[in-house]
Parts: sequence; structure tokens; C-alpha cells
Amino acid sequence: MSKVKSMKKSSVRNAATYGIVVLAFILVSIFSKAGVLSRSAQGLLVPACCYIVMAISLNLTVGILGELSLGHAGFMSIGAFTGVIVSMSLQAAIPSVALRLLIAILSGMIIAAVAGFIIGIPVLKLRGDYLAIVTLAFGEIIKELINCLLVGIDENGLHFIFNPTGAKSADDLGLTEAGKVIIKGAQGATGTATIANFTTGIILILVSLFIVLNFVNSRTGRAVLAIRDNRIAAESCGINITKYKMIAFVISAAIAGAAGALYGMNYSNLTSSKFDFNTSILILVFVVLGGLGNMLGSIIAATVLYVLPEALREFADYRMLMYAIVLILVMLATNNPTVKNLFMKIIPGKKKEKTERKKEVKKEGASK
Amino acid sequence: MEFLSYLISGISLGSVYAIIALGYTMVYGIAKMLNFAHGDVIMIGGYISYTAVSAMNVPGWLSVIIAMVVCTVLGVIIEGLAYKPLRSAPSLAVLITAIGVSYFLQNSALLIWGADPKTYTSLIDGNLKLFDNQLSISYVSILTIVACIVIMIALSVFTSHSKMGKAMRACSEDKGAAQLMGINVNFTISVTFAIGSALAAIAGVLLLSSYPSLMPTTGSMPGIKAFTAAVFGGIGSIPGAFLGGILLGVIESFAKAYISTQLANSIVFAVLIIVLLVRPTGLLGKRIQEKV
Repeated sequence: MSKVKSMKKSSVRNAATYGIVVLAFILVSIFSKAGVLSRSAQGLLVPACCYIVMAISLNLTVGILGELSLGHAGFMSIGAFTGVIVSMSLQAAIPSVALRLLIAILSGMIIAAVAGFIIGIPVLKLRGDYLAIVTLAFGEIIKELINCLLVGIDENGLHFIFNPTGAKSADDLGLTEAGKVIIKGAQGATGTATIANFTTGIILILVSLFIVLNFVNSRTGRAVLAIRDNRIAAESCGINITKYKMIAFVISAAIAGAAGALYGMNYSNLTSSKFDFNTSILILVFVVLGGLGNMLGSIIAATVLYVLPEALREFADYRMLMYAIVLILVMLATNNPTVKNLFMKIIPGKKKEKTERKKEVKKEGASK
Repeated sequence: MEFLSYLISGISLGSVYAIIALGYTMVYGIAKMLNFAHGDVIMIGGYISYTAVSAMNVPGWLSVIIAMVVCTVLGVIIEGLAYKPLRSAPSLAVLITAIGVSYFLQNSALLIWGADPKTYTSLIDGNLKLFDNQLSISYVSILTIVACIVIMIALSVFTSHSKMGKAMRACSEDKGAAQLMGINVNFTISVTFAIGSALAAIAGVLLLSSYPSLMPTTGSMPGIKAFTAAVFGGIGSIPGAFLGGILLGVIESFAKAYISTQLANSIVFAVLIIVLLVRPTGLLGKRIQEKV
């Protein structure tokens, strides 16, 4: 009986999550048509969508899989530059913008998934803070490797140079007259056609939500949750830990790659230093503030925290200081027992849930 | 000769990493938290020393002491206001708070001192010339290496022999049991933060004496590197932090000299990944068997 009830509850919550995203899309579209949104606000729409998708993706790693990743921006970076290369090379072959966008996002997704698999092999062997530092290390390595990359295209195809000493320049690519440089080492991608749009962003959010929410409720997802809650118990039940961890990690990397691809095609100039440690941390903040494992929370936190620094613009120089203070105060408040109790009183449903859980725990304890 | 000079500059850089990593590892050992704001305390220490010298004409050595005092107070205040209320909170909550503190320190520095890079005047100038001027070692490098060794020995003696040091080790092993033995756990953690922050101030001054450009973001990369060094040597272990820091500095220096300047950090991180794969708890870390 209680199982049926909880199933219902989760599907209601999922439906609400999709509904809120669609509602937000409709509202923003109306505002945008009516000319209420300023130009700068409209410029925020696509990156906000990308960060929401990144938050959903990282929530899969941190909230569902239970491993702290400090290098998630690395996958975003891989997706972004793959997307830019693909969309620029297909510019002549495929005139349809939507199709090109789709192919670019899919290729960003695939390459990031491959990278996730390769990185996952060493990373998932480690635990806790050691795992965190290795993901940080991979994030930095990806950043520097892309910094050394020169890519150009002409009628003979793509030209790649790996330039670790910084001695070579775009001229060494050997492009013909009609050729075009896509990535110029440390200067990053330049002259990208900006084909990303808000509708694609919303579709990407819905698709990644669909993937993650269905994943959590699947057999594989339950295995991953079991690993998160107790690795040893899960292992003794015959769950192949490495396999399920890898599945979750690769899906997370793939979604991040898709978000990156969309992000990359939103800017005509993009350097790989954009995807550094601070970006990874920013996304982690969205996930933790939104609530671990709670996708709707991630979406709301990502939206609010991405827009907040812009909203605080009237404080000018003080805005990032305000942001820091807000961040600390929110963390202190949400972990303060008095505030927690207050919340329980305000939201009666939560209290009931908590007490029920407590009763269950008590029962378990008694049966032991 | 070239090799030797790269080696020495590597050890000197590594000594700075080691001093920062010592602070990191002590705080981690006792509070079980990744203090991401540690790197920014280095930057604050640098700015305090810079301001003391340039605005108040204080002699260099005194500016170091002022920076140490300010950073110690700052460390204790941060711990008391931001970390103490979260002692029983999940570790991710503490991590995010530490990130908030890091942003706070960086942006406060930005407001106080501005975004333009300041040029830090080195504590001591000059070079030691050896082998008919073929090998030149700056006095700052020598000072850094000596300071690091002194600090490392002093900390080892402190943690193994003094009462406070023993209390720290007890707290890092088991806080509950330590409290039952009559150790004031909160006070002990505050003292650890104080020591870590004072070390960060020293590291800041030494770092800036070799690399004089001072900005609000100066501390973040050395902070991450020192964190890497601490993990490299086995987080929680004092000799491990020392060894990890020196090795990291030497690898970075050689990578810059012989392989690629642009990929130096990648090479450092790649070595870290390989080491962790072979020894999942770092070079000198203790391997704790999990009990079911």
C-alpha cells in the first residue's frame, strides 16, 4: 500500500517538474514577445538553460550516485568545443540551422560520454575526497589540453595540430585560401556562428530531465541508489558496483556534453578557460543549494543563482560580495536546527513524512 | 648546472606548496573538511604584508608578523562564524560554505585593494653565486626552503609532544572519545585553524617574494596545488604534506623547463592521478580497512 502511494507521489512530483519548466518557457516567451525583457535579460536565457542542464547532470553524479565531482565543467568544455567544431564544419553541408544544432549537440554528447568513460575508469576506483581531487585534476587537464589545440577547416577536411609548446600558430595548419580557423589555441574558438536559441535550451532541459528521472526510477537507477546508500550492502546483494557507477557517470557526462555544446554555440568567441574550476564549483553550488537528488530544486537553484548576480547589478562592485554572503547565510540557515523545525511547522506534509520515517526506523530497530 | 637550478627553484616552489599543504592537512585531519578558503587566506596575508610595507613603511620582517597575526585572527573568526555552526552538518554543506567564504575573501580584497595587480617587494634581494657564477640561487629560495624545513620539524614536534598537539591528534582520531577524555574539542579545532592560517600568511609572503604579482585571485591556484600536494602525500599526514609539496614543486619546475610551460599543471595533475591509482590514499597516507 505504502509503495503504491510513494510511486504516485514521485510521479506527481515529476509531472510538476516538467510542468514548471514548460510554464516557465511559455511565460518567458510571452514576456519576450511583449518586449518586457531587456536585451541583456534575453542574452541570459540560453546560458541559464545550459547551467540548468549542467545542474541536472551534476545532480546525477553528486545526488544520485553520491560521488563529489569537482571537474564537471571539463565535460561541458569537451561538449562545447566538439559542438563548435561540428557545427562549423557542417555549415556548408547542412543549411538547416535546427538540424545542424541537433547534430552538434548529439556529437558533443557522444564525445563527452566517451571522455566520461575514459575518465571514469581511474576516477571511480577511488573514494570520497580522493575521488573529488581526481575529478578536479581531470577538469584542469582538459582545460589545458584544449588550450593547446589548433583546429581549422578547408575543402580538404579538418586540420588538427596539438601545440604543447606554444611555438606553432594558426598559419601552421596549412589551410587553403578558403579555409577557416575554428579553434586558435589559447584564444579559443573564434568566429563561431551563434545558432543556439532558447527553445532548444528548453527542449534540452526537458530531454535531460526525462533521461535522469526515468533513470532514477529504473532498475539501474535503483541499483545506483543502493550503492549510494550503502556500498558494501549493495555489493553483497550482487550489484556490480563498477558497472552501475560507470553507467551513471557516463550518462552524467553525456548530458553535460550536450549542455556544453549548446553553450558553445551561443557565443561567437569562447575560450577553454571559461570552463575552469570555478565553473565546476558554481554548478556544484546549484546542486547543493537545490537539494541533493532533487531535480526541481536544481533547476530552481540554477535559475535563481544564475540570475541573482545580474539582479544585484545595482549594487555594482558589491554584488559578488553579496552573493558570497547570501551563499554562506543560506548554508548556515538550512543546516540550523531551529530554522529546520520552523520549516517543518510551516510545511505540514514534510513533518508527516519525517515522523513516518522515524516510526519506520523505530520499527526496524525494534524488530532487530 | 641548468638541471641544478631548475631543481632548486622546484624545491623552493615546492616548499611554499608544502607550507600551505601543512595548513590544509591539519585542518582536514581534525575537522574533516576541505577548506577551500585556505588559498584566499594566503592572498590576504600577502596583501596585509604589502600594505604594511608600502603604506606604513614597516620593515619586511615585521610585516610578516603583522600578516601572521591578522591571518590568525581571520582564520579563527571564519571558523567561529562559518564552520562551527555546521559541525554536525553534511560535509557538502561545509564545502559550499567554504566556497562562500572563499568568494567573500576574494571580493573583499577586490573592494579594498582593487583589481589591478600590485608588485610585491621581495623580503630579501640578491643571489648566492656558486661555481664561478654558473649557478645562481636567490636568497629568497634559500629562505623559503629553510623556513619550510623549520616549520615542518616544529609542527611534528608540536603534534607529537605538546599537550595541545596530542589533543589535536586525539580529536582527529575520534572527536567523541576525545571529548569524553576532557579535551575541549571546539577550542582544539580553533587552535588548528589559527595555526593553519598563520602558516598560510608565511606561505603568502614567501610565494610573493618569488612571484611578486599580487591580485585578489593570487591565492586560488596555489591553494588548489597545495590541496593536491596534501592528497599526494596522504591527506591528514604532516610528513606526507611536506613530501607531497616538495615533489609537486619539483615536478612542476621540470615540466615547465623540459616539456611544456602550457601543460605544466596538467603534468602535475597527471602524476597525481597515477600516484592515486597505485596508492589510493596517497604516498604516506594510512590505509584504513572498512569494517562491516
